[in-house]
Amino acid sequence: MPKSYADLLREARAQIDEVTPQEVAALPPGAATLVDVREASEWEQGFIPGAQHISKSYIEQQIEGAAPDRDAPVILYCAGGVRSLFAAQTLADMGYNNVKSMSSGFQGWKSAGLDFETPVVLSAEQKQRYSRHLLIPEVGSAGQAKLLASKALLIGAGGLGSPAALYLAAAGVGTIGLVDFDVVDLSNLQRQIVHTTDRIGERKVESARIAINALNPDVNVVVHEEMLVAANVERLIAGYDVILDGTDTFETRYILNDAAVAAGIPVIHASVFRFEGQLTTFIPYEGPCYRCLYPTPPPPELAPGCSVAGVLGVVPGIFGLLQTNEALKVLLGIGTTLAGRLVLFDALETEFTELQLRRDPNCPVCSDAAVEARKAGRPLATAGVGEDAPFLMTTTGLSGNVSPEARA
Amino acid sequence: MSTVFIPAVLRPNVGGVKSLEVGGESIRGVVDTLVEQHPALRTQLLTDDGDLNRFVNVYVNGQDVRYLAGLDTPVAPTDEVRLLPAMAGG
Repeated sequence: MPKSYADLLREARAQIDEVTPQEVAALPPGAATLVDVREASEWEQGFIPGAQHISKSYIEQQIEGAAPDRDAPVILYCAGGVRSLFAAQTLADMGYNNVKSMSSGFQGWKSAGLDFETPVVLSAEQKQRYSRHLLIPEVGSAGQAKLLASKALLIGAGGLGSPAALYLAAAGVGTIGLVDFDVVDLSNLQRQIVHTTDRIGERKVESARIAINALNPDVNVVVHEEMLVAANVERLIAGYDVILDGTDTFETRYILNDAAVAAGIPVIHASVFRFEGQLTTFIPYEGPCYRCLYPTPPPPELAPGCSVAGVLGVVPGIFGLLQTNEALKVLLGIGTTLAGRLVLFDALETEFTELQLRRDPNCPVCSDAAVEARKAGRPLATAGVGEDAPFLMTTTGLSGNVSPEARA
Repeated sequence: MSTVFIPAVLRPNVGGVKSLEVGGESIRGVVDTLVEQHPALRTQLLTDDGDLNRFVNVYVNGQDVRYLAGLDTPVAPTDEVRLLPAMAGG
């Protein structure tokens, strides 16, 4: 016998328990998975804080991602409380045995004077460009909006910085800062894929800016055509959410570390040599910093740069992308970073190795004593660091006359 | 014998091999055996006083010996010892 809409609604009401907006508002955070089953255009007008959005038309496909545990409480809402009843029936059919529908829906929520959020609305073009991100629950439009509002700084637009610049741009990281004082050389193009043959001789920051904006005109590229030194590091890193260290000298790496720890900005660290690379994420005060890992730089014969030792082009490519992966997780606040872990990769053996890192309780930069000293305006000396190294470093700058690029 | 992994930058000092089987009951024993067999490694790994250079990290089974017992960290025959100098290339 055919059923009318009224019949279906009656059956749904009989099967599914309902809760009022006030009851939902009174739940402690995380007590239930709250799912908004309206259309995207309705969600964009506002939603209940903490809710996830899955349109009723996608509920069967996407609910298991949002609510993997069929015994855990799930509450659905729509605009008026009808669509969510039918969607809840579907979930009950799928074996969700603690699913409820919020009566009177989002209209009832608003009428009750309860708080709601309005999401950042992406343009139609952005929705298309980032559609594969929007499909991932961990990113979604809220995550994409976060990326678009984020600022990432690349130190070096070379082997590591090239893939990082392109993939950060593709991901829609809204502001990408580039620090590099070099010009594009023919010998760079074996690995520095952000540059091109017809841009040989151009400033690297400008060449990279052209490539980034050709890929994604949404990105605001800030170019700093200068060498990162102690005198400018604070200014260069100010305001960025994450820094990708792709430099090729120890001086720059230590200077960057010290300033980033003081400013509380995470640094994604990578370095490469021939077929090998190292990668970790330094999150100030949560994990170790570069000086905890390597208290002093090695002598030059133990640490030749790529221009002396050579490097297989894909190795910085792989590491630049692993850095980008870390940066995106830091910006989105998802997953587990490499803080406290160092990953080694050997391209000849295709072998990854993970080492545990620890904060040095006596670190001159990130220890509690160092923080106190910095607050008191008397940063701990990092002198002594250079004693068994070929050059001296202090917190205020480099001593000695050899420029970093001379050793790169 | 423990397996000692040699980073690329130090391989010219040990005949180009990626790893060596080295005897020793502690990191000190392993390092001493290593520099006896490959004297070119001595200045790379040890200070004049016989301590580990601060620019070379040593890990036993993924743990930094600086946070274990330093050179006195015991090493079992099945352990993996890894020498890790900083690298700067980018």
